[in-house]
Amino acid sequence: MRFPVIKSLLTVSTLAALACAPAWAADKVKIGFVSTLSGPSAALGVDIRDAFMLAVKLNGGKLGGLPADVSISDDQFKPDVGKQLFERYVKRDKVDFLTGVVFSNIMLAGLPEAVSAKTIYLSPNAAPSPIAGAQCTPYFFAVSWPNDAYHEAAGQYATNLKVKSAYLLAPNYQAGKDSLAGFKRFYKGNVSGEVYTKLGQLDYSAELAEIRAAKPEVVYTFLPGGMGINFIKQFMAAGLNKDTRLIQPGFGADQDVIRAVGNDMLGVFDTSHWGLDLPNEANKKFVAEFEKEYKRLPTLYAAQGYDTALLIDAAVRAANGKIEDKEAMIKTLKTVKFNSVRGDFRFNTNQYPIQNYYLREIVKDGQGRLVNRIVGQPLLANHGDAYVKDCPMK
Amino acid sequence: MTGILLLEQALNGLQFGLMLFLLASGLTLVFGIMDMINLAHGALYMVGAFLSAWLVQLTQSFWLGVVLAVMLTAVVGMLLEATLLRTLYARDHLSQVLATFALILIINESVRMIWGSDLALSMPQALSGPVELLPGLRYPSYRLVIIAVGLVIALMLYLLVTQTRMGAWVRAGASNREMAMAMGINIRRLFTGVFGIGAALCAVAGAMLGPLLAVQVGMGENILILAFVVIVIGGIGSVWGAFVGAILVGFVDTLGRTLLPLLFREIFSPQFASAAGPAVASIAVYLLMAVVLFVRPQGLFSGR
Repeated sequence: MRFPVIKSLLTVSTLAALACAPAWAADKVKIGFVSTLSGPSAALGVDIRDAFMLAVKLNGGKLGGLPADVSISDDQFKPDVGKQLFERYVKRDKVDFLTGVVFSNIMLAGLPEAVSAKTIYLSPNAAPSPIAGAQCTPYFFAVSWPNDAYHEAAGQYATNLKVKSAYLLAPNYQAGKDSLAGFKRFYKGNVSGEVYTKLGQLDYSAELAEIRAAKPEVVYTFLPGGMGINFIKQFMAAGLNKDTRLIQPGFGADQDVIRAVGNDMLGVFDTSHWGLDLPNEANKKFVAEFEKEYKRLPTLYAAQGYDTALLIDAAVRAANGKIEDKEAMIKTLKTVKFNSVRGDFRFNTNQYPIQNYYLREIVKDGQGRLVNRIVGQPLLANHGDAYVKDCPMK
Repeated sequence: MTGILLLEQALNGLQFGLMLFLLASGLTLVFGIMDMINLAHGALYMVGAFLSAWLVQLTQSFWLGVVLAVMLTAVVGMLLEATLLRTLYARDHLSQVLATFALILIINESVRMIWGSDLALSMPQALSGPVELLPGLRYPSYRLVIIAVGLVIALMLYLLVTQTRMGAWVRAGASNREMAMAMGINIRRLFTGVFGIGAALCAVAGAMLGPLLAVQVGMGENILILAFVVIVIGGIGSVWGAFVGAILVGFVDTLGRTLLPLLFREIFSPQFASAAGPAVASIAVYLLMAVVLFVRPQGLFSGR
């Protein structure tokens, strides 16, 4: 004990702070936001963050009538860093809500910290299947879509096209396996190759050579962030787009990928629960405000970040600011209505969404920009997930 | 059909191997001649890539930007040697590892402060498409350029080491440092020169791979591990060993990624194969190193 005075001073001030904390309703909403904000996949986290903060800004800096105190940190695309940040937010900062993570491996590393501290995590992206099924928890809400859903919709699309052979590629981690399992659940044709690569792999020369030899009718890949950008660039540079059709999950062909790859993206098909041109008022406002604020078009990640903020806003308002009562807050979050940019959706018993999934095609818009346009009726309507039956929550 | 697949994979392996060689040759010389473990070698690769991305944007010319970046990185390497690394030669390996590891962290954060965590570097538009090498084999033209650049530099390095006076000094230094000094070779200047060449080779690899992969902070660490595997396999201090080791590692990695899962699918159940195939493929390179260490602990072509 070399500094007894300082230490006791600290104790006194901590006690004083605790004593002053109001017991009835909070005076602000504290949110811990952990996301991937650096490295080749940073664009995703940046979009979630920007859209989340846009929603807060449009609300006059408040969520549910209370001042929003959002603390943002970068997980550097590393699960151990993500876990430490979760721990810091629940133990030291004692936040009311956690959110932000892009990648499911990082989210899965951090989530136990949130659950053991009874802190609600609202996922603006990662929604892995174990948490939808046997390991479901009341402290986890997927505001996005179950990891399998885009892939199920893509499988349905391939089935609709009566495709005979498909080549599948994903990184060797939980979400990668979920994705291809999801595709195969709704795809009725033959799988001519199913390949798992190292997470973070940036050179796909070996896999592209295999695709050329396998001659599949369609190639379906799940490669989020920088991996997908590299894959599509190398796919086009190898001239494979002349031999086979590339189908992507929505995040594999959204504005961030279009910006990075350029004109080669024209005519690529992808699947998503959201699109720039979804005709509802909330979405029109979101797209216009996002473009005005950040001078770029939003991605589906941005839509999810925005929705997450809207959900917190609606739930805190419905609870009249009583965010300390976690049980009541969970009940409120489950049922509260808000104007989601994706249109109507509801939470299943496992707190994963039931919603529509659409086919999108990359086209040139009126200003000559490449954008996703929704094609036809939903591929899957009011679609939940395959794991809810294993979840004991009612 | 499989013939074309094998040919394409061989080209991929060659391309990867040649880029590894650019990194490993500098590393093996520094290790062999100066008996210095330089973990910060990968950081120079990153600096080279960032300088290229920055200068290509500034000059609006891919090749001019790359050449300038290579020269600048060589200067950075020589400055580093003359100011800091020189004081480490007399210390033991642990101090060198600690000091150069610290250097990685410092360089990473400095780059992040100067340019941010990543920069965009795209290949020249003319090289972004495929060329038809054989009927049924379209190969990305940029990768062919990488192979050509790698081969030319390997040849130049070979001539430098075997045909020039500086090369003779380098070989003398690698085989017996004390004797070389006793024969009157200015080891100090030689070391700085070797370090500069090593840094320049790193920059070439960084600039060539940048458009294919990504120019980002931390890109050097992953590839540095492979570069160390290469020099352990090839034998420390031997440029020829680094070449053979790099090509071996390039081939084993590329072919392992496609052939091993195929092989596993033939032998085991599909479920086991799809789980074990990629796992074994990612350690194939290290298995190769373990086998070489077991059979020839000094590496395939030791410089000593």
